[in-house]
Amino acid sequence: MLVTLAIPSTIVCLYSLLTRGAYGGVERPWTLENFKLLGDPLYLMIFFRSLWIAAAATALCIGLAFPLVLFIARSRRKNLCLSLVILPFWTSFLIRIYAWMFLLRDTGLINTVLRGAGLIHDPLPLLYNDGAVLLGLVYGFLPFAVLPLYATVERLDPALLEAAADLGAKPLDALFRVTIPLCAPGIRAAAILTFVPCLGTYLTSDLLGGSKTILIGNVIQNQFTAARDWPFGAALSVVLMMLALVLMFAARRHGEELV
Amino acid sequence: MKRGLALYAIAVYAFLHLPLLILALFSFNASKFTLWEGFSLRWYRAALADADLVQSAINSLIIAISATALATTIGTLAAYALWKRSSTWLAGSLYLSLVTPEIVTGVSLLAFFQWAFRFLHWKLGMHTVILAHVAFSVAYVAVVVMARLRTFDPALEEAALDLGADEFGAFRRVTLPYLWPAIAAAAMLAFTVSIDDYVITSLVAGIDSQTLPMTIYAMARRGVNPMLNAISTMVVIVLGAMVLMAERLRSS
Repeated sequence: MLVTLAIPSTIVCLYSLLTRGAYGGVERPWTLENFKLLGDPLYLMIFFRSLWIAAAATALCIGLAFPLVLFIARSRRKNLCLSLVILPFWTSFLIRIYAWMFLLRDTGLINTVLRGAGLIHDPLPLLYNDGAVLLGLVYGFLPFAVLPLYATVERLDPALLEAAADLGAKPLDALFRVTIPLCAPGIRAAAILTFVPCLGTYLTSDLLGGSKTILIGNVIQNQFTAARDWPFGAALSVVLMMLALVLMFAARRHGEELV
Repeated sequence: MKRGLALYAIAVYAFLHLPLLILALFSFNASKFTLWEGFSLRWYRAALADADLVQSAINSLIIAISATALATTIGTLAAYALWKRSSTWLAGSLYLSLVTPEIVTGVSLLAFFQWAFRFLHWKLGMHTVILAHVAFSVAYVAVVVMARLRTFDPALEEAALDLGADEFGAFRRVTLPYLWPAIAAAAMLAFTVSIDDYVITSLVAGIDSQTLPMTIYAMARRGVNPMLNAISTMVVIVLGAMVLMAERLRSS
């Protein structure tokens, strides 16, 4: 167990301190150059862009998931409603992204229908931009936000809402001043569970963003394949791993079950 | 407000399911373009006649079956070990592997294999893909089995020991039968994550180990292709059926 999980991470940490080999791979001497390269404005920009897109996707996921969760918690067929959220999550991720390519591209369904209806003349540039990536991320990770939110909303005592109503709160007041504060742990867990995979995303930005939307995941992949600068790729991986770790520990300190 | 919520929920469900349904619908389209020209199975025939595609599907199956068998065994034992004696390190590394971005897991494993090749004269290929899949699916298995162990009464195992069973016998004849539904569900889960993985596989695969997701990715990169709609529909149906089976097992 430890062998399969801990050793590869250790090797990546070591690689990040080595020099790039002439034909890929790594060589000595030990160096911190790779981490200095991270300060390069180009990479800083990619890094902030990744953070920004992941944060936007997380906020959208939670915003979309919350009303849905309220609906599921009140519905009579809770299990069916939940399964419907999870089901697409278990079908192939790659295929779900491809489905969006099919809809969004210039000759895709949306543009074909809009053109057929005479609403537009030239196809809308729907694919290969930040918006498409954001859409793909929200679509892909919505279940990650729904499940932890549902776990907290379900445990909420309905008597609390009745009490709020008795004390004169309107439904919206009760929502913002009772339900949402009480669900804070679930919201935090949902945020972390969505943010971390969004930050490290590779496929979504690669297929829906094209060459215009380069995120940190794509840079790592590129360093290990085409660019053959393993130490720098490893340095980027270390930074990403550290971020994931810090977020996970922050969540555990609050005593939340992530899984 | 209640009706508003219901309408909203319908909209979200449509957002989640319509893309795949539309894709499936158009996989039966006779035309090459996004205009409906009539029902046809020609893209299914074309997909099944494509030798590279069929070979990559077979590779994927071999990899997924071997990785599932190994990961289920290791994951179950890890969960059992954690239940008997809690270990912060083991639990921590399990959670870490669940939250580590796939791309990072992939490059770590690639770096690990390249380092190991200095001592073993191997090349990237089917075996490295299988090992990589074991490495990332173990955590999923362990989490599912651990959830079931939380409801297991240790007194049952103690009773077996009191009645003269040795430790292995007690595990095999008392604990294991209790865990069985969770193990089966975990195996299904490991199978689905293994057969679906692209990011990690593409990094550790060799020339002889092209998998189905890799073929799908290569085709998707080149643009939309009606054959790909047919392949996607078949994959989604097979995976969906497996997940439903796993759910049934878990709830029974």
